[in-house]
Amino acid sequence: MADVDDGAAAPVSEPLDLVRLCLDEVVFVKLRGDRELKGRLHAYDSHCNLVLGDVEETVYVVEEDEDEDGDETVKTIHKKSEMLFVRGDSVVLISPQGQS
Amino acid sequence: MLFFSFFKTLVDHEVTVELKNDIQIKGTLKSVDQYLNIKLDDIQVVEELKYPHLSSVKNVFIRGSVVRYVHLPGGAVDTALLEDATRREAAQQAQKTK
Repeated sequence: MADVDDGAAAPVSEPLDLVRLCLDEVVFVKLRGDRELKGRLHAYDSHCNLVLGDVEETVYVVEEDEDEDGDETVKTIHKKSEMLFVRGDSVVLISPQGQS
Repeated sequence: MLFFSFFKTLVDHEVTVELKNDIQIKGTLKSVDQYLNIKLDDIQVVEELKYPHLSSVKNVFIRGSVVRYVHLPGGAVDTALLEDATRREAAQQAQKTK
């Protein structure tokens, strides 16, 4: 317990260390069910449970056109949330700096 | 344990739980356990017309595994404290796997 690393000194040796370096940075998160989040990472654990601040969520919904048969368009829905807990089992990937 | 402790600090706050079947339930967080199962009081379903089957329910137990998001009140979260706790937890995990 005495030598608890303070993040700066800890080495990057496992995948979650990359996530640790993203703390207090804006991250891009891809989720199951055609959802994406962009927000500031405030917390994570080994299950990839996350807490994000100032989040923008994008949901991709496929809609079938009514006039033509078989044609589909992808609609995007944007939602905002000031603070969001995300359960880890929905998380697909976490990427630094918010790719767009 | 990090998120278990985190949610314990949010007891008695108003939260909105979004489930994996898209239903959103707003209510007062009454308790949480190690699986992040959640108990809510005085609940209200967002978009009640679309999901009328919970309209008479007052309090619920939600199994942790069906939760997608929990929308939290921003003011109730100390982000600096949370980041420190996250770093401590990460360091502890690293110790364990050595």
